[in-house]
Amino acid sequence: MSRHYTQDHEWIEVAGDGATVGITAYAAGQLGDVVFVDVPDAGREVAKGDEAAVVESVKAASDVYAPVSGSITEGNAALADEPALVNSDPEGEGWFFKLRLTHPSELEGLMDKAAYKDFVATL
Amino acid sequence: MPDSPDLLDEADAPEALILPLDGWHRARAARMVDFAGYPMPIQYEGIMAEHLWTREAAGLFDVSHMGQLRLSGDGADTALEALLPGDIAGLGEGRLRYSLLLGEDGGILDDLMVTRLPGGDLYLVVNGAMKWDDIAHLREHLPDAIQLNHMDDHALLALQGPKAVDALRRLVPGVAALTFMTAAAFDWQGTPLWISRSGYTGEDGFEISVPSEAVEAFADALAAQPEVKPAGLGARDSLRLEAGLPLYGHDLDPETTPVAADLGFALSKRRRAGGGFPGAERILAEAAEGAVSRRVGLLIEGRQPVREGAMVVDAAGEQVGRVTSGGFAPSVGAPIAMAYVPAGYATPGTRLALEQRGKRHAASVTTMPFVPHRYVRKGASQ
Repeated sequence: MSRHYTQDHEWIEVAGDGATVGITAYAAGQLGDVVFVDVPDAGREVAKGDEAAVVESVKAASDVYAPVSGSITEGNAALADEPALVNSDPEGEGWFFKLRLTHPSELEGLMDKAAYKDFVATL
Repeated sequence: MPDSPDLLDEADAPEALILPLDGWHRARAARMVDFAGYPMPIQYEGIMAEHLWTREAAGLFDVSHMGQLRLSGDGADTALEALLPGDIAGLGEGRLRYSLLLGEDGGILDDLMVTRLPGGDLYLVVNGAMKWDDIAHLREHLPDAIQLNHMDDHALLALQGPKAVDALRRLVPGVAALTFMTAAAFDWQGTPLWISRSGYTGEDGFEISVPSEAVEAFADALAAQPEVKPAGLGARDSLRLEAGLPLYGHDLDPETTPVAADLGFALSKRRRAGGGFPGAERILAEAAEGAVSRRVGLLIEGRQPVREGAMVVDAAGEQVGRVTSGGFAPSVGAPIAMAYVPAGYATPGTRLALEQRGKRHAASVTTMPFVPHRYVRKGASQ
């Protein structure tokens, strides 16, 4: 298993050809109190950069983009009743969706944890 | 993910300025955003927590971006009446009134509070994003004999919530004697304060004008009270939305009129009879017959917020109105909104459809406020 990060503040945990996607603790902190998350349905095909989910805080709506291309296998149903999981456990229970990778080579351009930490420090 | 939420898209003031509590907010780890031309705190620990704390205890808001103006000179009250529909001549000392600056066509140029000071001068509080326009408007339309003083050497604090009175009376004995929409001068350790029992949250509370050089010490003293936590503009917005109070530049603008905005209460009885304010003919006709469109409150089904700019659509999918404010209401536990809709859709209970980013949301018209006002009025037991 390996975890990658994007400049759009998403994390992607890869195991085999499956992956789990969420937003980072930094992103969740920037958003503030999350009150609604719209996650994609299983079966949807997404290309890297597509709008895959919507996360809404008290004050604003933000799109979450697919960090890699793939076929959605599951949206996190727990977020429908408990969107605050995105704040309380953004890089764990607050995951957004799982997908099956169709272009694993897209992972190569992503940051590892140390590189993402350095990136956030520049913001 | 985009950058931090772009919540408050007010026009910039002519120059970038810093308000007296700028360092105070930063020392409390506030997240600062540009608002009305100033860096202002949008939140400290979080909008939700600050909102709920204000509803149960007391939130301390810095609203020093707002314009504090003083009008002096004989006849300032009747001169001001030519620009707004409120009874100012009949306003007693220490009393304040909500009013609306109106354009020639009756459109709303800004909303404001007008207070009669001891001795007869008038104290106006106008929106921060509109204050430069308002000052120009007042200078242009008031007679030269009326002096307008922009009190930019004063900060403005709002202490809001059911326990605001407990905290403030500890520092400023006597404030509990004020009732809703009254004001008086007080003293705190030699600093003169002008305090009114009013606010923008629907809760009991106070608005306090403080000389800039003393505001940091006074804010420290307030924040040291166990009932008080600082609250930012984010909570101020969600609180006022729940209270059904319109926000200028969003729910009110020059295209809206007092009756359409559901602010008929701001048309004072004497002024309804006598007219003599901008757009009186149109506004009084709307007061008698109703406006074509109306500002209404909406309860949104589901959990997804529907925000400013969303369309109100009819059964055929045609746009008939527009959401002007909306968001998740922490004390309601659901998304709510304000919208302008045709008069025929304005009856409470009317079901409507909203469209936002290609998605339909069901909503129903409801009476406002969404959360009951808890003002301490004269004659009520305290």
